[in-house]
Amino acid sequence: MGQAGSLLLAGGGLLSSAQAADDPILAGRPLVRYPEKTDLILLTSRPPQLETPMKYFDRAITPNDAFFVRYHVFPVPTSVDLGTWRLKVHGRVDRPLELSLDELKTKFPATKVIAVNQCSGNSRGRFSPRVLGGQWGDGAMGNAEWVGARMRDILTQAGVRQGALQVTFDGLDKPAFPTVPDFVKSLDVSRIMDDPDVIVAYQMNGQPLPVLNGYPARLIVPGWYATYWVKNLSEIEVIDHVFEKFWMKPGYRIPDTPCGCVEPGTAPARTVPITRMTVRSFIAVPAPGARVAVGQPVTLKGIAFDGGYGISEVQISADGGATWRRAQLGADLGRYSFREWSAVWTPPAPTSYRLMVRAFNGIGESQGTLPLWNPAGYLRNVVEQVDVQAV
Amino acid sequence: MRAVVIACWLTCLILAPPAIAQEKTITLPADHAYAKLRPGPHSDLAQTQCQFCHSTDYIVMQPGGDAKQWGAVVTKMIKVFGAPLSEADAKAITEYLATTYGPPK
Repeated sequence: MGQAGSLLLAGGGLLSSAQAADDPILAGRPLVRYPEKTDLILLTSRPPQLETPMKYFDRAITPNDAFFVRYHVFPVPTSVDLGTWRLKVHGRVDRPLELSLDELKTKFPATKVIAVNQCSGNSRGRFSPRVLGGQWGDGAMGNAEWVGARMRDILTQAGVRQGALQVTFDGLDKPAFPTVPDFVKSLDVSRIMDDPDVIVAYQMNGQPLPVLNGYPARLIVPGWYATYWVKNLSEIEVIDHVFEKFWMKPGYRIPDTPCGCVEPGTAPARTVPITRMTVRSFIAVPAPGARVAVGQPVTLKGIAFDGGYGISEVQISADGGATWRRAQLGADLGRYSFREWSAVWTPPAPTSYRLMVRAFNGIGESQGTLPLWNPAGYLRNVVEQVDVQAV
Repeated sequence: MRAVVIACWLTCLILAPPAIAQEKTITLPADHAYAKLRPGPHSDLAQTQCQFCHSTDYIVMQPGGDAKQWGAVVTKMIKVFGAPLSEADAKAITEYLATTYGPPK
């Protein structure tokens, strides 16, 4: 990224782009470069958590080196030997498996899905009242083309026994101390058998996965939050009960209410595991605080996505939400993917403008003008806004 | 004989297929300086004890909280994550956090 005030030519009318440092949630966070990664915004060093700058969300596919990183326990895997790495499948199965990466690639048909991977707590830093937890801005999300073996094919190969209810997923990240709960997640057997897009991916945007994004293989659960997308996957167990260890309960739960929300500042009576993503859309260009030229057309750009119904419409407003008009949608890469959008806007007068974006999905769900609240800081999907100055 | 053995050894070395890289390794940077806790009573204790398990940017990034909120965090570290903190240290660290990283204004 250039200096503040560098001239961008996109759309002609965009004079300058402000820096992310203007964002109170990102202020003070250093840009860092980790292995197989470009400059990302540091959230934490150990375990590593890195956030993708908003400038990468002007396009549908997030580059592997710009893809966000989120681990839960330390140490994280820093070395993987394919000579010894095996994906173990055991528990209530007829034929326990120990698959090498080669076997995973050759024994099962390769399947492809383009899907958004978004942290449950993406944008937590923007909650009001504020909540403790990882203070992400909006960059704990990314979209990639994943190729791998269908999870249901793997289960069929292993032969799921009568009475099996859930499947647990564990990765190579193992806490240093036995007292720290290992990061293990679970899905219902039916969730896997009913959905051919739940895969064990060994390829991300045509390349092996970066180690920090789950090399050599990770679970892909399209439409659902990233908490289920277990990285550096190594062990799959079929069980006959509902798995309720720490990262399923009390971790990663939302209020058991239709909106997944409660009155700000209050505690929910009951909770359920977080699952499907809410509808979101973002303006990547222009950046907050950008200066635009009066009477010159500016191309606004960004992405929209939801939990698997697909984006049917994106609307933008240049008057703080008083009036809305349709944006143009980019190529449809599938119902789990980021959908690019763009709109040309010409600022009529030398004043400040509040640009806003909202999306609608295939079943008519959209985004609220007021944010919903829950104590863990999940599911954020308020209408986003960017203030710019026309000169 | 010895010459033959050496010759073969050399030839075999040259003709042997290159070993396929089976191992992928990365090296992670050390904790970033921005994680350093602000000075204050018991800051050294908090820095030492907390960074035993995680970098302290986990603390620095938070919006802040009162003694009740930070107390809940410290208790979670002990009860859920097994942090081996004495009662006195837990109390001192909670005081430090609530004073130095108090509730957002």
